[in-house]
Formats: sequence, C-alpha cells, structure tokens
Amino acid sequence: MKLMTLVKLALQAIRKNKMRATLTMLGIIIGVAAVIVMVAVGYGARSRIKEQINNLGTNMIVITPGASATGGVSQGAQAFATLTVDDATKIRNEAQYVTAISPVVATRMQVVAPSGNWRTSINGVDIDYQTIRNWTTSDGAFFGPDDVRSAHTVAVLGRTVAQRLFPNSDPVGQEVQIGKVPFTVVGVLSPKGQTAAGTDSDDVILVPYTTASSRLSGRARIPQIIASAASQQDIPAAQDEVRALVRESHKLTQGDDDDFTVKNQNELADAAASSTDVMTMLMAAIASISLLVGGIGIMNIMLVSVTERTREIGIRLAIGARGSDVLTQFLVESIVMGVIGGAIGLLVGYIGAKVLGHFTGWETVISPVIMIISIGFSGAVGVFFGFYPARKAAAMNPIQALRYE
Amino acid sequence: MSDVVIQTNAITKTYESGSNSVHALRGIDLTVHRGEFIAVMGQSGSGKSTLMNVLGCLDTPTSGNYLIDDVHVETLNKNELAAIRNEKIGFVFQGFNLLARTSALENVELPLLYDRSGRKRDSRAMAIAALERVGLADRVNHQPSELSGGQQQRVAIARALVTEPALILADEPTGNLDSRTSIEVMSLFQALNEQGITVLLVTHEPDVAIYAKRIVEFRDGRIRRDEPVKNRRNAAEDLANAEVLDDDIMAPVIAPAATVAVAGGVA
Repeated sequence: MKLMTLVKLALQAIRKNKMRATLTMLGIIIGVAAVIVMVAVGYGARSRIKEQINNLGTNMIVITPGASATGGVSQGAQAFATLTVDDATKIRNEAQYVTAISPVVATRMQVVAPSGNWRTSINGVDIDYQTIRNWTTSDGAFFGPDDVRSAHTVAVLGRTVAQRLFPNSDPVGQEVQIGKVPFTVVGVLSPKGQTAAGTDSDDVILVPYTTASSRLSGRARIPQIIASAASQQDIPAAQDEVRALVRESHKLTQGDDDDFTVKNQNELADAAASSTDVMTMLMAAIASISLLVGGIGIMNIMLVSVTERTREIGIRLAIGARGSDVLTQFLVESIVMGVIGGAIGLLVGYIGAKVLGHFTGWETVISPVIMIISIGFSGAVGVFFGFYPARKAAAMNPIQALRYE
Repeated sequence: MSDVVIQTNAITKTYESGSNSVHALRGIDLTVHRGEFIAVMGQSGSGKSTLMNVLGCLDTPTSGNYLIDDVHVETLNKNELAAIRNEKIGFVFQGFNLLARTSALENVELPLLYDRSGRKRDSRAMAIAALERVGLADRVNHQPSELSGGQQQRVAIARALVTEPALILADEPTGNLDSRTSIEVMSLFQALNEQGITVLLVTHEPDVAIYAKRIVEFRDGRIRRDEPVKNRRNAAEDLANAEVLDDDIMAPVIAPAATVAVAGGVA
C-alpha cells in the first residue's frame, strides 16, 4: 500500500477513537513538552553564561599559568605561579597583534576605612585593564601611567566595596588602609554585576600592579595576564604570538610543553557553559522518562486496539492482505500517534518554556535541533512500542480472526 | 484459460486436538467449472466450512492436491496465498464482515488496496462500478450502520466482485437475513451467475440451495450427494410473485404450507 493510504488509514482509525487516542497521546505530549522545557531552560542558562563571559571585555585573550610538567608528571593547571610581570612587559613591548595588556596580581586582604572594614580581592593591574575589561570609573578617575611607573599607593574601588566602606560618603579622595599600607581612593568603578561563576564582580579593589608587587605583603600571585587583540579577526594571530612570546620569556625550548595556557574569550565561555550541559542532560534524561511512560501507553492502547479489531484484521487477511500489510498498518498507526503527540508536545513545550521564562525571568532557548529531535524521537517511540502489537496483529490466523466475537 | 476453476484431488484435513484427531475432510474430489453455481450443503460438523476455508486459501489441506485457475495452491507460501485470495477469490460471509464506520465505497475498495499485480489502477471507479452492479449506486457514501442487512450483504458482494475474481465463495450469505432479503440476495447471485461469474455457496437451508444449479451435500467429511438441482427456482420471479401476493410476507413462496396460517392470521 502507498504511504499516503497508510497514513490516511491510521488517521481514520485514530479519529474513530478520539478520546482514547487523545489520552494516549497525552503521555507523549507531556513527555516531549517536559524535555523541551528542560532543555530550553538549560540552553537558556548556557547562553546567559556565555553572554556574561563575553561581557568581560573586548576581544580578550587570557593567559593563565599551569599545564606544567616536572619530569613527565603533569602538575595540572595553576600548580605553579609560572606567570611573571616580565611576561606581560615582554608582550607589551614586542607583540604586534596585541593592543592592550595587563597582568593581574591578585591577593586578598582586610581593608579598613574610617567608617567600616571589609575583606576583599585586591587586584594589581595596569592602566590597560579598563580598556580590556571595558570597565570605566563612574566617580573620580582611574589611576594613570605615572601611578603605575612610580608604584603610588592609589586605589580604585569596586562598587560593592565602596558601599561597604563608605556607606554615607563619597569615597573619592579619602583614605583606606589595605593590610598595613594606606591608599588614597582615586575613583569608583561602574557596577558590573555578577560573574559567570555567580560571584560579585564589584567586590574588588584595583591598584597599580607595581604597587601590589612591592607594597602589599601576603601571597600575591599572578593568576592571569589579560590582553586585547586589535579585532575579532586578529584573535587567533594574537593568541599564537602571545604563546610564542611567553615561551621565549620562560626559556622553553622546542619539545618542552607550555607551562601556561592561552585562551580567548569564546573558549572561556564554552568552558564555563559546559558545566551547565551536564545539568541540562540530567534534566532532559529525567524528562525523557515521562516520554518512555508515554510510549508504554501507546503500546497498551495498541494491544487493546489489536484485540478489538481482530475481526477487521481477519477481513483484511481474507481479502488478500499479507501479514506485512497488517503489520505496517498498525505500525504506521502507532507512529502517527507518536508523531502527532510529539508535535503537540512541541507546541506545549514551546509555550510552556516561554511562559516559564516570562514568570521566572530565566532565559529560555529553543533550538530547531531539539525540535526535530523531539519529533523524531516520539516517532521512534511509536515504532518501538508499536512493533509488538503490530506483529501480534500480523501473526493472526485469518479463520480464527474472522470468527472472533 | 481452462474451463476448470477449481479442481481438488483427495483433499483431507485433520485437526489434532490433544490426543484425538478430528478428520474434518476425508478425501474430497470436487471439480468446479467456469460459470457454475454450486450450493454446498450439510449439517454443522459435516466439513463444509473446512472445505470453504481450504477452497478460499485461508487454510491448507493436510493432504491432496488443490488447483485454482491452474495454480497449485499446496505449493504456495503465505504471501502467495494472500495474493491468490486477493486476485482469484471473492469472499461473502454470513455476518457481512464489513468494516464499521467506513463508507460502502471504501469497504468495496479495500481489496484493491492490497492488489500487487498493478492491474487495478483506478480503484475508486472500479469500486463504484461494483456497487452499481449490485444496485447500490445511490448508497456509495453510506456506512454499514446506515444500511439494512440486505444492503450490507450487497456491499459485501460488491467487495467480492471488485477484483473480478475467478470464483465467489459465499459462506451462509443468507444466514443473518430474513426470507425476503434472502431471496433478494439469491436473485443477485443468480444475476451475477448469468453474467458468467462462478459462485460456490455454503448453506444449510434447502430453500436457499434451490436457487443454485448444482448441489453438493456433505456428511462426515465426505461428499454424499453431488447432482444438478431439480426444480431450480428463479429468485427474481419469486420476488415478483411475492410482490403480487403480498408486499411484505415472503412465506407463501418459500413454504406453501405456511400460506394458510399466515393468510388466516391476516384475515
């Protein structure tokens, strides 16, 4: 029989038992809708994280220490503080594709002001930091090249720190004590919000990196050097260049492994977002269970249908249908049920994800891929769970089937 | 094409049920020529239904040879049997066996959907033609539940006709019908037979068998009697006479003895 005829037959059979077919399809509808909503929320979280990372700066390249191996034993990332200020200086002086560069000398200290105290991250940076991170001051000004050259004790406060230390006054021009060293506040940064990891970007104090290295005790290290490429297209070239320069600076010979890692913004975003993928998969897997239950529902109803329609099967066999014709007929019926259920489920899931996003403020992303997969998968559920009942129908003895009351 | 539609040689059919074997057919030699109209008679358990199943290729004989339209059936596999049923045999059943909630047209079209020979292209037109042949051109889109018993059986006959089979096998086609409708259906069979269609019908009613040309009587799995019908009746004439006598009651024609009682009742 032609496919069109088979689909028409299946639709007729479904229409003859509207209520039953609807309830059966409900299982698939709920299953598919659940998968769609879960994946939409997961993808939403992923795209939000990527967006946050991309907000970090413009055409950013990040050099982090690590991947060092001692005598063939890999020590893992950040096992040693392999980055130095000299690396940054070398890149600034020699790189062609890098337009801005700043080391980040990080430590964590108690900060005391007349009206409060607060423990926060102290980042020693160069003036290019504001360009690379696309982060400017909202009050006062960033420190200048002179401050860096002469290692002046000046500080730029993040918004959170400013609010904690100077709840009722303007911090610009006032003095804070970081560790035991007094610093003059020259500016306050504009708010940046949460990082991809969920921490507060504004809970930070920026000081010249020279000052951080020379005046602040504590375990100051360089967790990263950040740089900007001239443009999006230059990023790969800049990455290669930076890698070569740092290798040179570290006196690595050919055959030595890198003892640092160079990543661009997109790679960072992917790495951060990949953590949400596990969550998305897990949620989708749980949602798929309801799809499985829906499939069992189809099987159940198809078994009932085959028994009920024994006489019809007998008639068809008597007038010349082959077993395979009957098999195909019932199989197409369960596939059609699965696919219709899948399509409705897709619609319900789509609306559900939008409504959920609207009320929770979560971003939801529905990719066309997941739409195709979910319809295909519900069709596959129809095949899988429809096969046994269909085979049962096809194996009937026409004489007994015709006599069935 | 030979003149012989069906030829069986020493067909037996034995059912094994537990330790007993039931001999449903004990060596049947039957030859049906083109254009014949045979009534197979016999009491229940006489083997006539088993013969129907075997002749209809729904069942295979335990031993013996069976030729239909020069094809040796006993050598065929399941799919080839399905093709024989589709192309060479038209079934008419006692319970009509139409698909419920399906129009007369679609019911008649059904065998053509399973046609693999590719000869039957315009199935819709063929189905309409078959319905016209049984006088139901105006009931094409009716569902079985909207048709009377006689009309349903005519749809079933149209379904049997539509593939232009070598043989129509009718199993108690009048068993679920009242006397008048039975004669209507028999009149249709007679008309179709006049047009050259071979009909083999199973019945246990002598009143129905009398419209056939030849009677084959079964007892205990054997043919006991095989002879032409004496005093063959014409169903169309019986119907016409009945209209004259009484529009509704067919009893006088079927059984003259009942006339008095019924007439008395009416009077």
